[in-house]
Formats: sequence, structure tokens, C-alpha cells
Amino acid sequence: MTSYDVNLRLWRGDQAGGELRDYTVACEDGEVVLDAIHRVQATQAGDLAVRWNCKAGKCGSCSAEVNGRPRLLCMTRLNLYERGETITVTPLRTFPVIRDLVTDVSFNYEMAKRVPAFAPRPREADGTYRMAQQDIDRVQEFHKCIECFLCQDVCHVIRDHEENKPSFAGPRMFIRYAELEMHPLETGDRRELLSRQMGLGLCNITKCCTEVCPEHITITDNAIIPLKERVADARYDPITWLGSKLRRRDRPER
Amino acid sequence: MTEHETHEFDVVVIGAGGAGLRAAIEAADQGARTALVCKSLLGKAHTVMAEGGIAAAMGNVYPDDNWRVHFRDTMRGGKMLNSWRMAQLHAQEAPDRVFELEEWGALFDRTDDGRILQRDFGGHRFARLAHVGDRTGLEMIRTLQHRAVAKGIEVFMECTVMRLLTSEGRIAGAVAYWRESGRLIVFKAKAVVLATGGIGKAWKVTSNSWEYTGDGHALALWAGADLVDMEFVQFHPTGMVWPPSVRGILVTEGVRGDGGVLRNAEGRRFMFDYIPEMFRSETAETEDEADRWYDDRTSNRRTPDLLPRDEVARAINTEVKEGRGSPHGGVFLDIASRKPADYIQRRLPSMYHQFKELADVDITKEPMEVGPTCHYVMGGIRVDPDTQAATVPGLFAAGEAAGGMHGANRLGGNSLSDLLVFGLRAGRYAAEHAATVATQPAVDPEQVAAAEREALGPFERAGGGVNPYTVQQELQDCMQELVGIIRTEEELKRSLEQIAALKERAAGVGVEGHRQYNPGWHLALDLRSLLTVSECVALAALERRESRGGHTRDDYPKPDPELGKVKVVVSARDGEVSVRREPLDDMPENLQELFEEKPRT
Repeated sequence: MTSYDVNLRLWRGDQAGGELRDYTVACEDGEVVLDAIHRVQATQAGDLAVRWNCKAGKCGSCSAEVNGRPRLLCMTRLNLYERGETITVTPLRTFPVIRDLVTDVSFNYEMAKRVPAFAPRPREADGTYRMAQQDIDRVQEFHKCIECFLCQDVCHVIRDHEENKPSFAGPRMFIRYAELEMHPLETGDRRELLSRQMGLGLCNITKCCTEVCPEHITITDNAIIPLKERVADARYDPITWLGSKLRRRDRPER
Repeated sequence: MTEHETHEFDVVVIGAGGAGLRAAIEAADQGARTALVCKSLLGKAHTVMAEGGIAAAMGNVYPDDNWRVHFRDTMRGGKMLNSWRMAQLHAQEAPDRVFELEEWGALFDRTDDGRILQRDFGGHRFARLAHVGDRTGLEMIRTLQHRAVAKGIEVFMECTVMRLLTSEGRIAGAVAYWRESGRLIVFKAKAVVLATGGIGKAWKVTSNSWEYTGDGHALALWAGADLVDMEFVQFHPTGMVWPPSVRGILVTEGVRGDGGVLRNAEGRRFMFDYIPEMFRSETAETEDEADRWYDDRTSNRRTPDLLPRDEVARAINTEVKEGRGSPHGGVFLDIASRKPADYIQRRLPSMYHQFKELADVDITKEPMEVGPTCHYVMGGIRVDPDTQAATVPGLFAAGEAAGGMHGANRLGGNSLSDLLVFGLRAGRYAAEHAATVATQPAVDPEQVAAAEREALGPFERAGGGVNPYTVQQELQDCMQELVGIIRTEEELKRSLEQIAALKERAAGVGVEGHRQYNPGWHLALDLRSLLTVSECVALAALERRESRGGHTRDDYPKPDPELGKVKVVVSARDGEVSVRREPLDDMPENLQELFEEKPRT
């Protein structure tokens, strides 16, 4: 086991302001950035604030920016960086800082409250729901989301535009809408809501969200673009429009 | 006294993993004003890490499966020390709880005819685990989370409960602090449900996160409630062993359920050498028979790789100790040589990801290195099996924080079903209890003031106090060394001396900085519960002079039939913890008969 020194530059501060501070800790082969931060905490700065839980890439708590790139601290191996290189860790920029590396991500929880609940069709006569695996594969991809909010952090619609936040749900929530829209049992229709209140149209598919997703969910291609198509179908297809006026349906058959 | 932020509810649920969420949903459904309080953000609780599946005898893959078989498997896995009534309710109600999740949006993997697919796991006679690849816990917590949010349940996130409040022997509420601001918050409540999970952070090698500090166990004990079965701690046989930073992280039993096998350094499938008498008649004796079993259950017996966890963990421990381990002190878990790469990636995506990213190991090409890791505590708050009521009026418990359901050893998959079945029951009966309480019990200002003094103590010792991180590390070393998989009287006594010394040092911890999101301070307060549960485990382990399930005594290597009839109960008075034995509940005859028939396979 080789032990070597790692130079960390960590953002310390709160809403009133802060600064980058340098720390040097001994680390071992195979360790991740979160290990180095924990060692700083245990030996040099007991009050260094960082959020974490599972330390295995499954809970999405330890999101931050490492050398400017949104990442999970627990899945970022130290050997990704050159020996001797200074590793800079800063809080997620899109959300207000609480303290040090911890940000206030309540925006996401507020947006989650606005998602209309799952509304399934009734069960089969034998009391079960029957679904083919191939029909749920695409929805299961969205269910892999660990809510690390890295996609929200990197999304330029809100990253530098606080004013867009009230009317833009963001990639994480678009996945959530997509999983409901494409769920084989779902009976509800959220397309009007998506286009009028959730800002789906603001996304101009730069795919930054897909790039940072630690679960490798193809957010833009598999969730956002199909949602945009469905919204366009509902709003701009003249036959659907006429049908909805004549038969007063809210949702066309698909 | 300082004015504190105060809220009043009928039911306060502490903990927002599977059990807490299910309890809160049910309490709200019953019309109770319900709050959900959790230490982390919503959706990050330990349930999110569960991998393999939810055990429920739905019979989708093997129509012969039913609750009686599941009940029997659970009791035998628990070495007959389980609360038979809890095991019965669990086996009977688990399928409905799974169907309910599906109705709330969960998407389990499917059978060819479109029903919920079920997978094999250790100790279960039939393939029984409803699952989503190897991320079942994520599916479960997200489904429950969405349901709770849709119901409008009030959630207090990143809020740590540090004391329960009592009034004339009844529950009156709880005192907590906001992690973000450090401010105190008082909950007035007619009923409290503890769903705080386990205690694994007292050990050095563990699959558990920082949250698992035994808060619920300790809160209950301090409030006058009993704990049971605290000597039974489950060491999961397969945790990662390398690199050091991921030591202890779980490798799902699903790897073995889906065809993976354990091998020692010589390449030998050593589990064939460790088949205990109790499982001999139903376990394969040769590799050929074991391999045939995956496809044909009727004429073959199951592989010993899928014996209950306690058996497998002890076997691995012995192999390593006798020098037949892998380079980093574990054994090999091999699925690469047995299954095609695309099958492994489809069935075990997060294991593939985890090993690839954290250990540079491609599990479709090479074996994994695994070893035992502290995973689960069977012991917990003593509850009524039907209502989940603890021994203090108004207090309820569910999930890992509650004891009795799993006896001496828990079967894989029985935890997620436990959370759902008893989460619902705790929520229902807590709401029912609250409805019978005419007036909210008075909150005693002195109890609140005492909690505040306790909370602020570490700041008064800033600069000169003991480092809380050091105390935690020393406790973890002590528990790992002296209260681990294999125990002796001498070591247990030594652990109690060390825990006593650490308690004194913990009373002198000091922290730097201020109250806003200060992890050092949070840990300083968590040390109280960590030390309390550690003492309970060591005392109970000393009392049980036999080996059974998750409790192995080198000085008493065999089960003692007399001790097979009793549970060890832990209680505390004026800070003094004591243990006593009490007889198990008598199982009715119609259930006893299930253990007399000899199973064919």
C-alpha cells in the first residue's frame, strides 16, 4: 500500500461569503475524493461541512464540483488526477450555499411537490397488473435516478439564471415526468403542465445533463426529446386539435 | 428557558427509510396529523442501498410457494428464536405490500407472462424476491417517497432527534435539532414511531452509512423501553475488501442467487465443507447437483453458496483465518466464469458499475474479492408483534430498529418486506393510539432544557476537548476486535471496560466552530447513542453463553437447547444498563407442525 500526499483546495464559507483554503492529507491507493475530505474533517477541520451517506454511488448525497466539474465525491477516484495536482472542490453552483460544500437543494423538493401523482388504471380480473418487460425497460432507465441533482446543477437554463427557477423544473424533474408519461399503467396526462408551467420548451437540448449523469441515464434523448414531441403532438397536430374540440377530450388516444 | 420552534402532531415518525415512510403514509391514511423527521435529505436513507429484493411468497415463479413455507424458512433462518407471531404476520402480509408498491408506481422486473419476477436468495426454499435488477431499495424508497409527497405529509429533513419527551411514563414528544442551523426544535406528539434503522456504524468494517448510529435503539432505552436480541448482529458474508476506501460496501447476495459461487485461493468451492446439520437434508453435496439445481428444483438440492448469511460469513472467516483467502484478506466470488457478460450486466448492473468504478474490476471477466461486513442488527426495540407498540405507552417501532422478527439471523430479502409490513402496522396502531389520547401530554420544560444543555456541552469545551472523530474510531476498533463475528467472554469483558472508558472520554468531547451544519458537533451528539448500543450488544453477548445465528462464542461453540427457549432483554434505569432472560412466546400447535414434516428437497 502506497501512501502519498494529496493537496486539496476546499471552499469554506457560508451565504455571507467564503474562500478557497488549502489542505494536505495523506491518502492511499484506491481512495476517492470523499475519503480525502473525511480525513481533513477528522484531523484538521472538524467542522468542515459535507453531505454524504452511502459512499457507494447509490444515494446521490455527496454532489459537488471537482475542478469545476459536477461529480459525486464518493465515485471520484483520486488517481483521476496527476500526483501533486491540486484538487479543488467547490459546492454546487446552481443552488444557494448553506455551509462549505453543502448547498440548499430544496428547489428540487419543491418542484417534486408539483408533480401530479401517479394514477394507474385498474388491475386485471385476477388482481394483478400484467406488463411486458420490454414495455418497462425504458421507464426502468429513468427509475435509476439517484437524485444527485448534478443534472440540475449543470443545466444552463438555471445555472446562471436564478430568474428561470420558478418556471423550469429541470432535467431531473423531466425524467420524473417522462417516467410517468411512459409508465404502462398511467392514465394521467401532464403535457399541458409540462409546456405551460414546467418550462420544457426552455431546454435547448445541449445534453450537458446527460453528460454528467452518474447513472448514465440518457436524459436528453430518451426523456426530454420524447416529452417535447408529445407536447408538440398534443398542441400543434391539427387533427388532434380538431378532435379535442369536437369530442372535448383532453387527451388523444395513442 | 429559551423559546424553541415547536410543532404539534398526532404521530411523529422518526426516520424516513422504508419503514418510516410506510408508517407515515399509513398514519396519514388513518387521518392522523403526521410528521416525518429524518437526519438526511428525503430519499437518501439506508433503504436506498438495498439491492437484492423484497421477500414475499407470491408464487409467481414457483406456484408451490405460500406464506407457510416463507414463515418456516424465516424461523429456521432465525434459529427458531424469532417472535413467531411477527414471522407469521410478515409472511402473510408481504405479498399485499408488494402489490401495493406496484399500484403506487414501482416497476419490478417481469416474468414472461408479465407478472412480478422473483429471484433466489439464501435460506429461501423458493425463488421469492421481487426485485429491480440489483437496485430494489432505490425503487422502493422512491415509490414510497413520491407517495408520501403526494399525500402532503410534512417532512422535516436534516433534522436529528436527540431525546424523547415523556410525561408520567407516556410519550409526549421529542427534542431535535436542525442540522442546517443547529437550532433546537420541539415536537409535541401523542405517539412516536421509531424507524431509525440500525447500529452498524459502531463497527469499523460495515456496509452502513454515517446515519446508522443506533439512535432509535438508544432513544427508546433512555425513555424506559426494553430492547431484545441485541447480541445478534449480522455480518453479511460478501462485502468489498479492496480498495481500502470501499472496504465493507455491500456485494448483493443476488450475485449468488443468479449463479455466482464462492471459491478460496485454491479455487475450491469451500461452502460444501460447511453444511450444518440443520440444512444437510436440503443442501447439495456435489458441485454437479448444485449446478443442476438452478434449472431443476424438483430432483436437485440447493447450492450451499445460498445457506443463510450467518453460516456463509463464518465459513469465509474460517477460510481466511486458515490461510486460504484472497490477496486482500477475503475470498473469491465468481460469476464471470459461470454466466455470459450480458446476463451479468442486465441482472447486476450496479454491482458491475461499483466494481468497475471503485476497484477497477470487471466482474464479467474476473472474480470479485469479498469478505464479511457488519450489515444489520437483528436486535431492537421490544415490540408487541401485532401493533409494534414498545413497552412505553405511545411509543412504536418498526423496521431494523424493532426487534424480534428475525430472531438470531435475518434472511436476505426479509428486511425490505419487514419494513413494509411492520411500517404499515406501526403507522396504523400509532394513529389508533393517538386517537385514544384525549389531550396532548404536557411537555416538561426541564426535559427540554436538559436536552439543550446536553446539545451545547461540546461547544463549551471547544479548544481543549476530546476529538469526537477519535472517540468514534476507537469505538469502532474496539467493537471490530472484541465484539465481532467470533466472541469470547474475556474479549467481551474487555470491550465493556473500553466502552466505559470511551463513555467518560465522550463526556469531554469538544468541537470547533458554530452550530451551523457542523459535522463534528453532529458526531459528538451521535456518540451518545453509538456508545449506548455498543454497551447493550456487548452485555447481551456476554449473557448468551452459546453459539447461535449471528452470535458466535468461541468459548461456547455449540447451541444450548435451554438458551434456545429464551430471549435476552436489555433495559436501563438511571443510566445503568442491565440484561435479563425471558422465555420466548409459545408457538401454537398448527404452526409447530410446519417444522415436523421433513422437506423432500
